[in-house]
Amino acid sequence: MAQALTRCGDFKTSYRADTTIFPSARSRAFALVGVALLIAAPLQIGGFSVLSDYWITLLIQIGYLAIAALGLNVLVGFTGQISLGHSAFFGFGAFASAYLNNTYGVPVFFSIPLAALWTTAVGLIVGIPAGRIKGLYLAIATLASQFILQDFFARADWFTGGSSGSLAAPFAVFGYQISGDRQYFYVVLAYLVVMYLLAANLMRSRDGRALVAVRDHYLSAEVMGVNLTKYRVLSFGISSFFAGIGGALYAHYLQYVSVEAFDILLSIQFLGMVIIGGLGSIMGSLLGTIFMVLLPEAMSWAVNILRATDWGNVPSIVNGLAFLKQAAIGLAIVLFLIFEPDGLAHRWRQIKAYWKLYPFSY
Amino acid sequence: MTGESPLLEVREVSLSFRGVRALSHVTFHVGRGELFSIIGPNGAGKTSMLNCISGRYTPTEGRVVIDGRDVTAMKPSARAGLGIGRTFQNLALFNHMTVLDNIMVGRHHLLRNNVATGSLYWFVGAQREELAHRRQVEEIIDFLEITPIRKAIAGTLPYGLRKRVELARAVALKPHLLLLDEPMAGMNLEEKEDMARYINDLNAEWGMTVVMIEHDMAVVVDISDRVLVLDFGRKIAEGEPDAVMADADVKKAYLGVDAEDDRAAPAAAAQ
Repeated sequence: MAQALTRCGDFKTSYRADTTIFPSARSRAFALVGVALLIAAPLQIGGFSVLSDYWITLLIQIGYLAIAALGLNVLVGFTGQISLGHSAFFGFGAFASAYLNNTYGVPVFFSIPLAALWTTAVGLIVGIPAGRIKGLYLAIATLASQFILQDFFARADWFTGGSSGSLAAPFAVFGYQISGDRQYFYVVLAYLVVMYLLAANLMRSRDGRALVAVRDHYLSAEVMGVNLTKYRVLSFGISSFFAGIGGALYAHYLQYVSVEAFDILLSIQFLGMVIIGGLGSIMGSLLGTIFMVLLPEAMSWAVNILRATDWGNVPSIVNGLAFLKQAAIGLAIVLFLIFEPDGLAHRWRQIKAYWKLYPFSY
Repeated sequence: MTGESPLLEVREVSLSFRGVRALSHVTFHVGRGELFSIIGPNGAGKTSMLNCISGRYTPTEGRVVIDGRDVTAMKPSARAGLGIGRTFQNLALFNHMTVLDNIMVGRHHLLRNNVATGSLYWFVGAQREELAHRRQVEEIIDFLEITPIRKAIAGTLPYGLRKRVELARAVALKPHLLLLDEPMAGMNLEEKEDMARYINDLNAEWGMTVVMIEHDMAVVVDISDRVLVLDFGRKIAEGEPDAVMADADVKKAYLGVDAEDDRAAPAAAAQ
């Protein structure tokens, strides 16, 4: 959505220029440079690699999780409906893509979007109660759907392979087999860029505005011609579509999908990403995911430093380090809720607002 | 001003909430191009009447007919498509959206792009459509003199401006019938004058039929073509403003049984 923050002297001369995804040429350039850097990230020239294998796996992880988080933000942040069952849709997308590929021989290139559409259908069905119930009651209904789908994963051998899980083929484009994380990185990056743009476009067009209207004041939204039931259910469909894409990318990345991977904890983590990133912010979903993925990394880094010092010789600290890491993640979420309830996206806007009048700060 | 057939017909409408009878057998009609006011003491059922017309409530008895079409059982969201716009007594803006987005929501039933075409934006004409409607919305913004605040977040605006944004949102629907629930409540004199001017212009120049609930009798008498008076859910008078103000029942409703003083009625109502 358009922000009220433009640098002084930045005037728009056409409606087209006033409705762009990125509010200024500078911010668009910033995003393009970001994508260009990411394109360069997996390159290996001679023996030199831009980023280590480990960083590539982290970035891939951020990519597919961020796509799912984007979907959850459409549901929770933009439409104002809480969902505690997002990981089940993520899982459904993963199994569906593997199933379509294994059983019907659908090439992975097509099975990912098809799996997402299938997940959308499931999401629409799960979303039907949303037409009737709101708030905490809806949260409980989505919790039920989480457990029902998890149970379905465990029992539906034909679909998921049951307790042994299912294998997923590696990604291939028209006969060309993608090999290794460094190549798969580009697949995830392409999907992330496309999904990001789709979400941003949605939010600046008719149905996106309708979703926000339903969140902000459903009674007047209805009088404005917004069919509440339709949009409440549709929002579940949209969020499942994104979760489905994310899940399918996850499946073909690990090439193995286990039924235990999609529990309520992952659903909560998705909620954490969206809340930390900023409810109702497209970019926030991305920032929140980066934060949630990198926080444990930063913690182990800090722990390793601590271990190298004299403190590392104190047995109680060494034993507690693993727990410290977990506790820090929880602490970070709590601190965010207290000090930055609008999320990282809000912090980013504050930083931009500071530069708004640069170099004249008055 | 009444055309061939009235734009809005309310026939014998009653509304009960369990024991409470909010409206009983109210009948009136509003002609095309009319500026029609509904007045009455607090709790008289004015807003309930408006809610029956806009679809929030379904009348227990009676029919609501708009443009010759019985809409009694129609959902509020479907009524927007018939060209019914409304504002609310207590502000009902989308507080976290910009003023512009608020008003664009008013275009909802006129826009054709959907979830898929909206997401693809550039390739399937959604952009063209959005920009065309943006142009028309800008005309409304211009008319209501809210140009400087169009990028502001609606929830951060002062009361008078929010009321104006709400009017803009209702106008964006391209309504034939504009329902206004106390458009001037809580405003100072200057803001009231502006609002009266907008309503007059929308009625006379933009050709919108207006049904307005208002407590400020001076404004009601000044700009209304006809007035309906409700008291305890019943219609007690209907007609030209001056005639209605002189009506004995109306004075009684506003002032109690011993009403003598003509000037007291508007004063009491203005409270």
